Amino acid sequence: MLVQKYFQSERFVPDKDMDACGLFGVMNISGKRFGGEMAINAIKNMKVRGSGLGGGFAIYGLYPDYKDYYALHIMYQNKNLNAKRRVEAFLKEHFYMVYDEEIPTNPDITLFSPPIVWRYFVAPQKKNEELAVPDDEYVVSRVMYLNTNVDDAYVFSSGKDVGVFKGVGFPEEIADYFMLDRLYQGYIWTVHSRFPTNTPGWWGGAHPFNILDWTVVHNGEISSYGTNRRFLEMHNYYCTLFTDTEVLAYAVDLLMRRQGLPIEVVSKIFAPPMWDAIEHMKESDQKLYTTLRMTYAPLLMNGPFTVIIAHHDEMIGLTDRIRLRPITAGAKEDFVFLSSEEAAIRAVCPDLELAWTPPGGEPVVVRLNSKDHLLSVNKSI
Amino acid sequence: MYSYLLPEFMIERLENRCIRCRVCERQCANKVHEYDGELDKLFSTEENCVGCQRCVVLCPTNALYVRPRVSDYRPNSSWTRDKMQNLKKQAETGGVILTGSGNDKPYRIYWDHLVLNASQVTNPSIDPLREPMELKTFLGRKPDTLKINFDEGEVKIESELHPNVPINTPIVFSAMSYGAISYQAYKSLAIAAKEFGTLFNTGEGGLPVHMRKEFGNNTIVQCASGRFGVDPEYLNSARIIEIKIGQGAKPGIGGHLPGEKVSDDIAQTRMIPRGTDALSPAPQHDIYSIEDLSMLIYALKEATNYEKPVSVKIAAVHNVAAIASGIVRAGADIVAIDGLRGGTGAAPLATRDNVGIPLELALAAVDKRLRQEGIRHKCSILAAGGIRCSADVIKAIALGADAVYVGTAALVAMGCTLCHKCYTGKCNWGICTQDPYLTKRLNPEISSKKLINLLKGWSHEIQEMLGGMGINAIESLRGNREHLRGVGLEEWELNVLGVKGAGE
Ligand code: SF4
Ligand code: SF4
Repeated sequence: MLVQKYFQSERFVPDKDMDACGLFGVMNISGKRFGGEMAINAIKNMKVRGSGLGGGFAIYGLYPDYKDYYALHIMYQNKNLNAKRRVEAFLKEHFYMVYDEEIPTNPDITLFSPPIVWRYFVAPQKKNEELAVPDDEYVVSRVMYLNTNVDDAYVFSSGKDVGVFKGVGFPEEIADYFMLDRLYQGYIWTVHSRFPTNTPGWWGGAHPFNILDWTVVHNGEISSYGTNRRFLEMHNYYCTLFTDTEVLAYAVDLLMRRQGLPIEVVSKIFAPPMWDAIEHMKESDQKLYTTLRMTYAPLLMNGPFTVIIAHHDEMIGLTDRIRLRPITAGAKEDFVFLSSEEAAIRAVCPDLELAWTPPGGEPVVVRLNSKDHLLSVNKSI
Repeated sequence: MYSYLLPEFMIERLENRCIRCRVCERQCANKVHEYDGELDKLFSTEENCVGCQRCVVLCPTNALYVRPRVSDYRPNSSWTRDKMQNLKKQAETGGVILTGSGNDKPYRIYWDHLVLNASQVTNPSIDPLREPMELKTFLGRKPDTLKINFDEGEVKIESELHPNVPINTPIVFSAMSYGAISYQAYKSLAIAAKEFGTLFNTGEGGLPVHMRKEFGNNTIVQCASGRFGVDPEYLNSARIIEIKIGQGAKPGIGGHLPGEKVSDDIAQTRMIPRGTDALSPAPQHDIYSIEDLSMLIYALKEATNYEKPVSVKIAAVHNVAAIASGIVRAGADIVAIDGLRGGTGAAPLATRDNVGIPLELALAAVDKRLRQEGIRHKCSILAAGGIRCSADVIKAIALGADAVYVGTAALVAMGCTLCHKCYTGKCNWGICTQDPYLTKRLNPEISSKKLINLLKGWSHEIQEMLGGMGINAIESLRGNREHLRGVGLEEWELNVLGVKGAGE
């Protein structure tokens, strides 16, 4: 466990990062892929929400040619080639590699200490007793290993047909650096701009945070962090970045992937209704919500947050139970938007058909080939 | 009476104020004040005074002062007055020195070296007067995961759930038995627990039959080494059953309720003959190992149809973390840890003052161990022993407790002044006595109100501090040591607590 393994006492577990941020997400619900223009321009419009110390993008539907393989985006800090050699030896041992290359960057853009970023398309290479381990589980544990054991190497993302591009700089600079608008298309784009209050940025610490197909961008400061972190440790998730986002991402992975709960239930775990409200529900709901709160009390995300969670076929926006950090949703034809600010949506989609602000704890669930996102319109404020 | 002892207190009576009403004489069960009719004057026998201050606060003209008597032997850091007086007492009797209430020695009180966090800028504090601020807590075992089934819009929980008991505030009255305390005090606790939506603990003295229907839902019943008052009906009337292994004030030893205190009613409740000594053995004689404990836990669960959480209460001792882990694995749903400063009705002074470890360190160690073993959710932790105020409660929760037990604090709310003479049966406040002349001083109607006020006041203060930290549900503080910092603690102490030093 964390304490035993890495620290003599929990007292030495680093403080978490604190930051404020801007978020934006856009999805085409019929699954049509599109370029990065809207995401880049929207986040530019919220420039004051970042400080140039971190920005990043997650794109779904990114690698249609390799969609059956896990796409690993791995960064090597300080251009440490030794780390790269170690990682690649490890990958060779545990995966079949079908293709790898350096992620192309624009040499005209200068950013703060850029690492080498490489992508690998791989399939698990399981041996004997590992055959029973599901692929996802196998990949997660290998990624955790790399992140905690190889200095100067850090896995940006590890899902299929999805990739994360991030770094230290304003998000539009990161986009230019990786030439996102020119090279890539996807049906979901989420983006994050960061305003850290206590740490200098490092490339791995930028967001989105990814684990397998899941990516999380988040804004806020979770006051229950210590409680959440400890509970996740009991389920073998070790925080290495010490950010709220990381905690949220692991919680999502635990509840949604490993325990198979849908986001409608998970959002009621992260941002549960008040006991006063539960008391007035019909009996079956009372039982459900009481049990959820009781069992998953350590995963209540307290304090202000907005989060955009994405995985294949789904993009979800959620805000904390008393809506200390609101989120705005918008829709036009097949495009659905989630954003920290309505202005950013209107900046990239002036003829928006619908804009709404869901109440605290009420998820906006944007699904492929469905109109589920409209369910939160009636409840909006 | 012992010879050649220095009186502990000095009584000063301002003659010009004294109106010879003789209140002090009637109020003092220790027979300190005596009226001399011929001289029309009150005299004091200071040697008898225990410093309970009852006479002082009841004197209508404020004529009385009771102060610790400063006169002392030659100053000596090693041979303090305490040590010498106790030795002299012992030299005369050859007995064990008894005491009551909790450890008063200057062991470090860690609560006073821990400070709390508050939100500034990056995170808003939450105003409990405007926003809900939730303290509701569930005591019991939580499932590993929840299996939920979706059936045409209907969500159903498939997992088997363990019994859990909700309380409206994370404060529970700790074990004080009918016998050790008066019926009036006992009933006050029951009324307050019921009214506020929390629990009181019967201790090992049983639950009077006539109280079961009304208060059963707010009761933790104990099954201790003497097994007093334990039968299926008793167990089934309660909300939680607690196996008492140890007590913070006297780890490793049993209890003794003298026969004089065993009145008809107490005899009936404890199921023993009237006037006989009620002796609780040191160990439970059917628990000599962890497997035995497991058998008792499951016997109690069988007897109550698996409808009630079973708690196991232990004193905080050196290996408390490993013991607690064993207890959870043995099937307990709640682990109660009673620290070095926990109270008692009677205990040998040597034990009370020297055995066990401070609650704060024990609690931090237990919480950490259970998490390391991945079983923290399988039990609730109740922290007991030396919780004096709402800040202690909130710090205990941040160190990993689900809720706290308060005993001494509840007694003080009812009038107790910590005179430490609970074992004499002469409590002037009507709490630790069975003498009807004294117990009628306590009116459950009134003293239960005071207890409710205690719960109310503390809960408000907890809400205020929680909101300040930007938290609006108590569960988000549990084990959240990020909200604590240590001041004036040694390195090793911070390490055990898992708390950073202030400014770190
Ligand atoms: S024992 Fe209490 S009531 Fe009696 S004299 Fe001393 S202070 Fe007064
Ligand atoms: S309960 Fe009574 S006897 Fe015991 S310490 Fe308090 S005042 Fe003294």
